[in-house]
Amino acid sequence: MSLSELYQQLILDHNRSPRNRGALEAPTHSAVGHNPLCGDQLQLQLQLMDGRVAEVAFEGSGCAISTASASLMTDAVKGLDKDELDELFAKFHALATGDESPDDLGKLGAFGGIRDYPTRVKCATLAWHTLRAALHGEQGATSE
Amino acid sequence: MNIAELRADFPALQQEVHDRPLIYLDNAATTHKPKVVLDALDKFYREDNSNVHRGVHTLSQRATDSYEGARAKIAQFLGAEANEIVFVRGATEGINLVANAFLRPQLHKGDEVLITAMEHHANIVPWQLACEATGAKLRVAPMSQAGELLLDELETLLTPRTKLLALTHVSNALGTVNPIAQITEMAHARGIPVLVDGAQAVQHLSVNVCELGVDFYALSGHKLYGPTGIGVLWGRSAHLEGMAPWQGGGDMIRSVTFEKTEFAPPPLRFEAGTPNIAGAIGLGAAVEYLAGIGLDAIVAHERELLTAATDAVAAIEGVRLIGTADAKASVLSFVIEGVHPHDIGTVLDRYGVAVRTGHHCAQPVMAFYGVPATVRASFGLYNYRAEIVPLCKALREAQELFA
Repeated sequence: MSLSELYQQLILDHNRSPRNRGALEAPTHSAVGHNPLCGDQLQLQLQLMDGRVAEVAFEGSGCAISTASASLMTDAVKGLDKDELDELFAKFHALATGDESPDDLGKLGAFGGIRDYPTRVKCATLAWHTLRAALHGEQGATSE
Repeated sequence: MNIAELRADFPALQQEVHDRPLIYLDNAATTHKPKVVLDALDKFYREDNSNVHRGVHTLSQRATDSYEGARAKIAQFLGAEANEIVFVRGATEGINLVANAFLRPQLHKGDEVLITAMEHHANIVPWQLACEATGAKLRVAPMSQAGELLLDELETLLTPRTKLLALTHVSNALGTVNPIAQITEMAHARGIPVLVDGAQAVQHLSVNVCELGVDFYALSGHKLYGPTGIGVLWGRSAHLEGMAPWQGGGDMIRSVTFEKTEFAPPPLRFEAGTPNIAGAIGLGAAVEYLAGIGLDAIVAHERELLTAATDAVAAIEGVRLIGTADAKASVLSFVIEGVHPHDIGTVLDRYGVAVRTGHHCAQPVMAFYGVPATVRASFGLYNYRAEIVPLCKALREAQELFA
């Protein structure tokens, strides 16, 4: 397992230039995620309209994996409703933890290498746990 | 001091990680164990395994002799008396013992406990809990940007309300060596007892608790080339004698009836239940090993390493050193612009280089420097200069990858 399989170009690119970074004017859902392992924090805001994600943004400092994961996730969730979001969460979680390899994850498939780095799985899933917390009305999430 | 020969004493160092020789620079987290420690553990379980202080049979006597022998060795290592050595799980438990059995009974609303800005969570949280339970206040002595305590300001925080000063000997996140003797004099001049967290000090400095003049000194065995799950709280006899037990159970009593229990004298009063017998014996072997090498030789070797590593790492563009005190030991903490410490840690691991990346259980220190985490390379007696080259090479690789 080489470093380039973990740090794929897409991940390096989204780390350098994260998409959807910032704050929303009128968020309907939000949560703060913590990774107690490294002290990283992630604030996620969503604006749902007619039950679907209209706007999404994140802020916070994190490692390349968590930053790229938040960036790619915020791109992927636009337009989805809660059921679809839960389904995508389950697929991403399965990919990151190595239970299975869903083949319809598109760009999110770039995180397929993370399963060989068990200490870094939580970095990739932090944004997703925070998303779940925001949607289900919890104040915060941890990747623990 | 022949490093190549010493390295042969450490079986865990003789391995490759990701097809590269292991370069272990995470000694502030835990040190590897020399064969004499592993052998002591093995011998205890294979030959002497028995409970201590009770049986009249031969094995129990051997176990007791080895356990109490270890206490004597550690006492000698610290310049103390054996009856002042309380075996605990580690520095954390030692600090909690003092917080509960020494401080709590005399802590009241309006009192203060003074700590410093560079403490490990283990020397913050136990005092916070004691303060919350009693209405006392936790005060924090500040430090400079270099990571040195501001002694004038510390002195003004030593007031008639201060019931205890708790501070670290060597900062685990910064490497700063604090002038403990001088600070203790300041506290004692006002009648304030001093607890020192020595978890990062005893393996890098020659520590004599009497010369330091402190009241309590806590340390962890596993950072001192000994086993995990064993540590020491040293306390002045006068304090220990006056303290009530903090845990009850077997081994800490003189006599028990349903009406009343008479407690054993220190140190056994504070060692309820069957102790970590093998761990104590292993730690005894570790301090004997260190004394055999000589702390002065270890100090000189590690100082040279730290200086060389500091110069080499600081020469890398974009590096910011975190902790630049004049007096430092073992720890080189830094961040690199544009690359998160966690990612650096993963890249370094692929080069066989083990460092710690994160907040080092010192989140207030990270907040002080405005960083979420740092990379920390920390040196032990078995590291050598040639290991600094691959460390720097891997750091440059990480920089390139994320550029």
